[in-house]
Amino acid sequence: MPAVRGDGMRGLAVFISDIRNCKSKEAEIKRINKELANIRSKFKGDKTLDGYQKKKYVCKLLFIFLLGHDIDFGHMEAVNLLSSNKYSEKQIGYLFISVLVNTNSELIKLIIQSIKNDLVSRNSIHVNLALQCIANIGSREMAEAFGNDIPKLLVSGDTMDVVKQSAALCLLRLFRTSQEIIPGGEWTSRIIHLLNDQHMGVVTAATSLIDALVKKNPEEYKGCVSLAVSRLSRIVTASYTDLQDYTYYFVPAPWLSVKLLRLLQNYTPPAEDPGVRGRLNECLETILNKAQEPPKSKKVQHSNAKNAVLFEAISLIIHNDSEANLLVRACNQLGQFLSNRETNLRYLALESMCHLATSEFSHEAVKKHQEVVILSMKMEKDVSVRQQAVDLLYAMCDKSNAEEIVQEMLNYLETADYSIREEMVLKVAILAEKYATDYTWYVDVILNLIRIAGDYVSEEVWYRVIQIVINRDEVQGYAAKTVFEALQAPACHENMVKVGGYILGEFGNLIAGDQRSSPGVQFQLLHSKYHLCSPMTRALLLSTYIKFINLFPEIRTQVQEVFKQHSNLRSADVELQQRASEYLQLSIIASSDVLATVLEEMPAFPERESSILAVLKKKKPGRVPENDIKENKSPTPVTNHNNDVNNTSAGSADLLGLSTPPTSQPNSSNTGVLLDVLGDIYNKPTNNLSNTSSNNTWFVDPKKFVCKNNGVLFENDLIQIGVKSEFRQNLGRLGLFYGNKTSAPLQNFVPTLMWSDEQASKLSIQMKPVEPVLEAGAQIQQMINAECIDDYTDAPSIVINFVCNNIPQKITIKLPLTINKFFEPTEMNGESFFARWKNLGNTNQQRSQKIFKASTPMDLQVARTKIMGFGMQLLDGIDPNPDNFVCAGIIHMRTQQVGCLLRLEPNKNAQMYRLTVRSSKETVSIEICDLLAEQF
Amino acid sequence: MQFMLLFSRQGKLRLQKWYVAHPDKLKKKITRELITTILARKPKMCSFLEWRDLKIVYKRYASLYFCCAIEQEDNELLTLEVIHRYVELLDKYFGSVCELDIIFNFEKAYFILDELLLGGEIQETSKKNVLKAIAAQDLLQEVSHGNIEI
Repeated sequence: MPAVRGDGMRGLAVFISDIRNCKSKEAEIKRINKELANIRSKFKGDKTLDGYQKKKYVCKLLFIFLLGHDIDFGHMEAVNLLSSNKYSEKQIGYLFISVLVNTNSELIKLIIQSIKNDLVSRNSIHVNLALQCIANIGSREMAEAFGNDIPKLLVSGDTMDVVKQSAALCLLRLFRTSQEIIPGGEWTSRIIHLLNDQHMGVVTAATSLIDALVKKNPEEYKGCVSLAVSRLSRIVTASYTDLQDYTYYFVPAPWLSVKLLRLLQNYTPPAEDPGVRGRLNECLETILNKAQEPPKSKKVQHSNAKNAVLFEAISLIIHNDSEANLLVRACNQLGQFLSNRETNLRYLALESMCHLATSEFSHEAVKKHQEVVILSMKMEKDVSVRQQAVDLLYAMCDKSNAEEIVQEMLNYLETADYSIREEMVLKVAILAEKYATDYTWYVDVILNLIRIAGDYVSEEVWYRVIQIVINRDEVQGYAAKTVFEALQAPACHENMVKVGGYILGEFGNLIAGDQRSSPGVQFQLLHSKYHLCSPMTRALLLSTYIKFINLFPEIRTQVQEVFKQHSNLRSADVELQQRASEYLQLSIIASSDVLATVLEEMPAFPERESSILAVLKKKKPGRVPENDIKENKSPTPVTNHNNDVNNTSAGSADLLGLSTPPTSQPNSSNTGVLLDVLGDIYNKPTNNLSNTSSNNTWFVDPKKFVCKNNGVLFENDLIQIGVKSEFRQNLGRLGLFYGNKTSAPLQNFVPTLMWSDEQASKLSIQMKPVEPVLEAGAQIQQMINAECIDDYTDAPSIVINFVCNNIPQKITIKLPLTINKFFEPTEMNGESFFARWKNLGNTNQQRSQKIFKASTPMDLQVARTKIMGFGMQLLDGIDPNPDNFVCAGIIHMRTQQVGCLLRLEPNKNAQMYRLTVRSSKETVSIEICDLLAEQF
Repeated sequence: MQFMLLFSRQGKLRLQKWYVAHPDKLKKKITRELITTILARKPKMCSFLEWRDLKIVYKRYASLYFCCAIEQEDNELLTLEVIHRYVELLDKYFGSVCELDIIFNFEKAYFILDELLLGGEIQETSKKNVLKAIAAQDLLQEVSHGNIEI
């Protein structure tokens, strides 16, 4: 047994030895249970237990807890120890409480008085014990109880330095729980001036506190900038002997330096005071210079501390993004680290360079290191370092080096770790699309991706290649030829079959002239893969086959034979069965004209600016349904012919049964993947009718249109009103479809906009007039253009007055023109999301939060669809809790753009949601929060 | 810093310090996950890893692993040196510290840590000052107990 230091407890040491000598887990548990029983009986029965014994038993309990066992008693004894006049007992009491007591425990009330007593003790050790305990628990109750005392302790002239240090950090911890705890006014300047304190320890602690305060209220604490720069300047110019024990392995005050550099990253470079700015740049230059000096020690602690300061300085240089000279120097310095023998330095250098690559000043300088980075990707032993290299290559890629980088990434992909393949595939696909000047190259890259890493090619990636091929005439023949060749490989990935099937179904005719790829050969080739494929792929291939009948009438019988096969016509899979039988009938009944119309080539997918980001969307389950209307189709099926709609009558657009990938939606702020448009059109939209005051006056506020753009707004026996809308940037276009369901004309038909001039200055609306008569059974369309100028709340309504059979009717409908429609989804990784999240959370003005009960039973899948329809980018895999949703988006207005982050936390047990919205504008946060909260 | 864990090569937790409030269950889960992840890593690998939305910084000293979870904007290299400073303090206090010292004197290990870090932030970087504070505590104990040494 090793020596027990200080005030030893023999019984404890014996107990620990016993536990260590236990031969098995069972023996250990037995010993522990024996001890627990013993302690319990002592605590219960023995009234004469003295302080030392209590302390010993509490310590044993603590040890048992640390072994991983639950402790459900002993708390009261620990609380008693707090008021002991023996320091060692008090200290153990505090330790037990800070390790075992949770923030919401009832016990907290009991200990507040003891803490208060210690806080006013004349012995600084007692005061610190109390401060440490407050900081350890850090609950709201603590903040309420001590919110007054601690700030005083911090700035009072009588307080000892060691207490000031603890008080500063204790206050920081309480501030994180209760932001109101920091008094404003004169306190601000007193707290800021702690940066000038004589005692380095006090400055170090205070800088952490000030950093947090600045994040909440940058304007109020602005004075800290010049003080921080001065302090930093004194440190970096100090020799390592000046700061005595605050020099760490020959580096003067590395902790304080890093904190000051961190603090300065809360501000833009101090422009109004050129003196401060100059001094700061001098500091940064000095730090860069020192990096070039020979090391003062061979110890890794020296280089770590020195480089910690250097990396933080580089972070500040990148943050300021204003001094080209510094940025380039930083880049060169990091370039040196890329070949350092310390893995840690290489890792950090790659990470930091990623940020440099995004600055226009240093992008070119980063590119100089391309070769080394490619080597890192290939040669590093540690996968986390390789991952950083991949990220950096992605960040440094531009038109000039895209082909090379993409090729290198493809090469590496063959041997890449499984853990990073999927992400690499996405990155390659994005780069190839973004920088393609020649789309044959793009097609080659994607097909290579499928060949090399087919399992990791998500739907979005192969959907995208199909969209691009369909939209670009010049590449169609090449694509057909290439997929045909790729399919000839003896083993080819199912994703290749999908892409091949789709492309040959559309453009197989372009290569049919060549005997080697004649219609029959194409068909046989595809069909040779059929039996190895999943039902979904088979369904796609069946659609290809029917398209072949149109393209190549000469193989009609061959194809029909396939449809007729039992395994298809009587397939257990209902989708295959339906396709086989309907396609068979279609091929038998329809004339070649009808076939040509129904099986026409796919129309071009609408181009969409941010498509590239949408590709990054992670796989979403529940996407497939067949009944999605494609764009270019107005919601025409107004009435009554809903039952006979099926795949084929939905027109050529959906023939291949591909679900609409997110990228093909017509508008960038769209409802995301699968709008259940048809479903909604055919279901009576009864839940839209929020309030009907009489049978000829209707008020409708179709809330669900917050999360969708198309569908039926209103329907009764007389009229159906559908909407179809698209949004791009700050512009929106709505088509309203009025369908007369009666056999009489609707007279005096006048829709009027309800939107005041004041509101119109924020969201301007232009509505095209319509004919005053809506004939029986007819449908008319009214176009509405909207432009978002500034942020607004609510949404415009229209009042539709008309007369039917001499009875006047009035319908008021709120238009689906809420501000979220102008979102552009923004893809970002976890790191930047949380960085922004923290930045935006600094002031209450930027945040809005609601906690509310679920209005319908919680279904995360439904919630997901709604959120995706809301217009922001749903960021999967970022929140540690997979049930939570986090999203990012930018609202486009004519005058500004407002970035917006959102987090929705469902609590299934309580059936409650917590919704938090952060944006750079308070009004926007509130409105977005209100709009979305109503959806659940 | 959100938490610090000390564990042995056998995966036994020796010390845990949490600077954010989590339910015990979650703490156990996090601990298990990190111990497994880190023990699986090879010696020459990088000391940093991304984990959930946090960064993990770890270092092995003899049979003990020291592992800290820090936030995205925190400085990894300097966190390594926080660990080192802690090890130095333990070493100085126990006189060439070993795992057993920490097992048998876990409360001391906590007291020392509390002087170095408070609420997850570095409180005192000077080795002298921390040791002075600990010595003052020990003195206070001895005074109140009439110097019991066993």
